[in-house]
Amino acid sequence: MTPDLMEAGAERFEKARALAETGRTESGGRAAGYSRLNVPGQVDTTHGRILYLEDVHVSFDGFKAINGLNLDIAPGELRCIIGPNGAGKTTMMDIITGKTRPDSGTVFFGSTIDLLRYREPEIAALGIGRKFQKPTVFEQLSVFENLELALATDKRVRHSMVFQLNGPEKDRLAEVLTTIHLADSATRLAGTLSHGQKQWLEIGMLLMQNPRLLLLDEPVAGMTDEETARTAELFLSLKGKHSLMVVEHDMSFIRAISEKVTVLCDGSVLAEGTLDEVQADERVIEVYLGR
Amino acid sequence: MTTASVSLPAPGPLLTRGAFSGVLVALLVVCAVAPALNLLVPEGSVFHLSDYMVGLLGKIMCYAICALAMDLIWGYTGILSLGHGLFFALGGYVMGMYLMRQIGRDGNYQSDLPDFMVFLDWKELPWHWALSDSFIATLLLVVLVPGLVAFVFGYFAFRSRIKGVYFSIITQALTFAALLLFFRNETGMGGNNGFTDFKRILGMPIATQGMRMTLFVITGLTLLAFYVFARWLVASKFGRVLQAVRDAESRVMFCGYNPLPYKLTIWTISAVMCGIAGALYVPQVGIINPGEMSTAASIEIAVWTAVGGRATLVGPIVGAFLVNGAKSWLTVTFPEFWLYFLGALFIAVTLWMPQGVLGLVNQLKKRVQR
Repeated sequence: MTPDLMEAGAERFEKARALAETGRTESGGRAAGYSRLNVPGQVDTTHGRILYLEDVHVSFDGFKAINGLNLDIAPGELRCIIGPNGAGKTTMMDIITGKTRPDSGTVFFGSTIDLLRYREPEIAALGIGRKFQKPTVFEQLSVFENLELALATDKRVRHSMVFQLNGPEKDRLAEVLTTIHLADSATRLAGTLSHGQKQWLEIGMLLMQNPRLLLLDEPVAGMTDEETARTAELFLSLKGKHSLMVVEHDMSFIRAISEKVTVLCDGSVLAEGTLDEVQADERVIEVYLGR
Repeated sequence: MTTASVSLPAPGPLLTRGAFSGVLVALLVVCAVAPALNLLVPEGSVFHLSDYMVGLLGKIMCYAICALAMDLIWGYTGILSLGHGLFFALGGYVMGMYLMRQIGRDGNYQSDLPDFMVFLDWKELPWHWALSDSFIATLLLVVLVPGLVAFVFGYFAFRSRIKGVYFSIITQALTFAALLLFFRNETGMGGNNGFTDFKRILGMPIATQGMRMTLFVITGLTLLAFYVFARWLVASKFGRVLQAVRDAESRVMFCGYNPLPYKLTIWTISAVMCGIAGALYVPQVGIINPGEMSTAASIEIAVWTAVGGRATLVGPIVGAFLVNGAKSWLTVTFPEFWLYFLGALFIAVTLWMPQGVLGLVNQLKKRVQR
């Protein structure tokens, strides 16, 4: 092989890599399903799916909490999940975030990351944020410090001992404080906030992590009507930039934000569609009203 | 979006003005006032600080280091250890071994071996005494032995996600196992008598007034250094992660932190601080025996911390002085009531003063301001 050829080859390789990094390819922006560089830790959504669950089963002492669940979410989608108590909504979030291991099934983040191989902190670092049903914030720390801890940065011990906020990080913090309407309470202890404000703070902590996918378990529980309306506004503004999965019982809230609704029942998907479609579905009416 | 209207709180100074002047005053007392009152003021004077008092203060300062260490792991991280007596004893034993070797041939049996080994009819030093004649090695081991024990134990305990009362119980069990081990003559640690009758340190006689003052000042300076270090730790982001672990560990994990290295780091730091306290304690008190590993000894450290006020750093130091001051007075005046008093104190603090003495002071301050 002549040096010329080697050089030309190296050049072409460099070019292909640069294009792959910017998301464009030589095939005119059409993302082909093969010969893409697999960058570890980077979410690959070229197949149009950011979260993909297939045939997931979990049982606790014989009780089938999740029973053959299939679900997928597109990048930038806002998906609402509804379902009666015990349908497996929280268990599903536990599986996605690594808290519970399924007995069988596959769970993928993008097309390359197998979530079942990671633990909670790693999954959080990959870009999945979770809000719990009961608001969990650090009560003895101030609102500001809560957000600071959630900031996406090096989370190792050594780094934490010398950590100082830099300019862009301060701006980001201020931005999130404004977004969650807690700018005036930055120095207040999180434990002294109202229930609704704690929910907001927790959502703010998720935003600080800059996640690709947000899992929100009953985000408007305990909020006043005004706070609920503001939350709906916030979620609609997040849609597109982030993917959201919202579990909620408040139907008027779901009507305000939803495009596609999934109904879970007994650990698997019962119906999927717009809110009107699923509300008209006889099986859905039966699990909610009948029996 | 305009962000200029949002004012972010600036990070606070390492030491508030009050704390800073407190540290300065303590420094002055330890380095100048106490030695001067003992050495320069004549014995009959009201201001004379007796040798007994100096010894007592030195001892309590060692306890205060333990309470400070307990505050880092219990007050800030929410992990109650009932095994800190073990780390204290390990540091003490390492120093004790060195002091035993310093006796040389001046023991009762005029042998190169420590007296208890002659008594057991041993002919040579066991392997774990190999480094005990070097002072430098001793200083290193004072840090390494408690540090390693804590690290290994902590790694397995935290990795298995053992929490709360279960963790407290297994630390207690570990300490009790060590107590039984050190009680045995075969362990080569002096059995139930432990080490005593020290004569020299670094070749200098240990019982002189000058040496006592030196040890007193070193202990005081160590306490101050540890206070400033602990203050730096809890004021850093590291300290805030610890408090976050205490308040909501699952949230910490979902924020992308692995709590294990955080808990392990503070646990090991805390154990090393206790070990150093033990090493300072032994030459001043002149004895180390397995009693330091008893259940009560470890619980007492927790009591000092609770009485002073958890998660305050200053509180546990104050608590150590208050409780031990009361102890040395009560055990002389009403010897049979001390344990009842300690129990009542613990109940009273838990019921009515969950924030400890420091919390009470803060409440009073607020009331006065109103």
